[in-house]
Amino acid sequence: MADIQLNNVTKNYGKLEVVHGINLDIEHNEFVVLVGPSGCGKSTTLRMIAGLEEITGGEISIGGRVVNDLAPRKRDISMVFQNYALYPHMTVRENLGFGLKIAKQSKDIIEQRVNEAAAILSIEDLMDRTPAELSGGQRQRVAMGRAIVRHPQVFLFDEPLSNLDAKLRVQMRTEIKRLHQKVKTTIVYVTHDQVEAMTLADRIVVMKDGHIVQVGAPLDVFERPVDTFVASFIGSPPMNLIPGEIALQDGRLHVVFQAENTMPVPRDLADKVVEGQKVIFGFRADDMMPKAHSLPILGEAYDLRLAVDIAEPLGTETLLFSTFSGADIQTKMFNPRRVEPGEVMDFNCALDKTHLFDAQTGKSLRG
Amino acid sequence: MAMITKKKIGTVATWIMTFLLMIVICLPGLWVVLTGFRPNREILAKPAIWIPENLSLDNFAKIFGFGAEQIAIPVPAYFTNSLVIALTSTFIALLIGMSGGYAFARYRFKHKNGYFLGLMLSRTVPGIALSLPIFMVWSKLGLIDTKLGMIIIYVALNIPFTIWLIDGFFRQIPKEMSEAAQVDGCTRWQAFWQIEFPLAKSGVASAGIFAFLTSWNEYALASQLTRSTDSKTLPVGLMDFTAQFTIDWAGMSAMAVIIIVPALILTFLVQKHLIAGLTFGGVKG
Ligand SMILES: Nc1ncnc2c1ncn2[C@@H]1O[C@H](COP(=O)(O)OP(=O)(O)O)[C@@H](O)[C@H]1O
Ligand SMILES: [Mg+2]
Repeated sequence: MADIQLNNVTKNYGKLEVVHGINLDIEHNEFVVLVGPSGCGKSTTLRMIAGLEEITGGEISIGGRVVNDLAPRKRDISMVFQNYALYPHMTVRENLGFGLKIAKQSKDIIEQRVNEAAAILSIEDLMDRTPAELSGGQRQRVAMGRAIVRHPQVFLFDEPLSNLDAKLRVQMRTEIKRLHQKVKTTIVYVTHDQVEAMTLADRIVVMKDGHIVQVGAPLDVFERPVDTFVASFIGSPPMNLIPGEIALQDGRLHVVFQAENTMPVPRDLADKVVEGQKVIFGFRADDMMPKAHSLPILGEAYDLRLAVDIAEPLGTETLLFSTFSGADIQTKMFNPRRVEPGEVMDFNCALDKTHLFDAQTGKSLRG
Repeated sequence: MAMITKKKIGTVATWIMTFLLMIVICLPGLWVVLTGFRPNREILAKPAIWIPENLSLDNFAKIFGFGAEQIAIPVPAYFTNSLVIALTSTFIALLIGMSGGYAFARYRFKHKNGYFLGLMLSRTVPGIALSLPIFMVWSKLGLIDTKLGMIIIYVALNIPFTIWLIDGFFRQIPKEMSEAAQVDGCTRWQAFWQIEFPLAKSGVASAGIFAFLTSWNEYALASQLTRSTDSKTLPVGLMDFTAQFTIDWAGMSAMAVIIIVPALILTFLVQKHLIAGLTFGGVKG
């Protein structure tokens, strides 16, 4: 079993605390992605799990064993680094076999395991080259091969795809997912790219400024962000956020925006807000579409008219840019057609999917 | 057509310039080597004999104490002293250079830049300016005319440079290399010897050759601090060939050849590393 527990883990560099009391339980064979903007402490957290950074406070255990004072080599982990860190003076074969050689495995076992890993990653043809003779994607594969060859309990990845070009990144992303299905192990994966996080993770851990903000399955985090930070960080395009104030109109609570625009408070949130409360109204591009160009709306729909400033056709869908009460918002349109700049369209808002956040704390009022 | 001719002329001109420059640089050296194989008679002949008529190993036999003509200069002892002093001081300077270079490249510590600057500034003091203080301290410590005394001086002379050069090499090696090795099952020590050292060995080799040549060729300090066959080195021994009224040019040149040859051999052996060392020809993987 290779479950991982982080128990109130902190990290200081000198006087500066960069990770503040993190708690996280990672299950056996789970694929967990730590995601957050650069500098939020993802790498530091991962490196503490690896044993490459000392843990200032708290406790980390792997497979039920506290590893705080264990050297990396005793933790039964492997790691793929952002710059791959392949050994330049060794061939691919030697790179893959290095860990086994250090562990004093027999030649036969080394050969067999190396070949097995090479087959999984389709790098059999590269075995006698040195890292300098490989392309970025091939180096990436070799780095993953080196990680799986020892059959460790845990794989750690630190932004492994960020040095690849966009196309290769998408391809390798799928490979990593496939790898996890073939080689069942616990994976902790660090990235600043929310798309990678969404596509790869069983569970996403959103971090900010050394804290964990939200943990959950990708769709849960996408659909129920706990605050405005997660709402705007996860999902592309980011969630539209418009400040407003709660007021009673026609016997129902409404969010009143600048310039007299209003939007009814979703029914399930009606008892979470009070008149006069300052809030931030949030909705995803997919939940506000022009009529006749939208997906069927579940639950309550709200009609409004918007002028479209810019349209960005992406093929099956088109992104529409408008201004709403002083905020720039993005909406989506299916069944593409030409949109004239400034064209006024009738929109449908899927009210039940919208969000309300407290203006002061930024916390979601869905609770 | 015109283009090609222009280019050709350029190439030829470059070669001629290179050739002239090399003659200027090498001629004295070649002349010394040639002189080492000629008898004194021919060397001192007037008018000068430009094309050597007799070439022989007589001068070498003479200074090593074989053959008919004997001289009273203990070249084998000087040679041994030079070798022991240069090799030992190089070895120690390399060990310290490697530890120091690694520490400067890999660790954060207080006043790091200050220490580094201090090391480099120590190189701005001409060695000979220190000869008097060293002489006084060494005579108190009984280190005058000992190999140990010279070794200590040469180690001190060489470590700023070895640290600086080796630091540059370790700095080029991403620290993730060592970390990957540690995750792969190495101790820090193993990771160093298996991964980081092989990648930095060009730097270590070039630092080594520079340190060796410095110690091997150094004259000024050695001439002040060595007296006898206990510690006198080859460059100092050269002066033994000057008597009050005469200079044994043949013997001196033969000895110069003996000084030059090991240095040349060593340089050739490590020249691949030397080039990497001088160009900092990376380890990008
Ligand atoms: N060796 C270090 N010394 C001092 N501060 C560091 C060191 N490494 C990282 N930090 C700081 O710790 C914070 C978290 O860094 P990191 O974990 O690398 O962020 P991320 O991987 O999320 O981009 C950053 O503010 C960074 O400046
Ligand atoms: Mg990072």
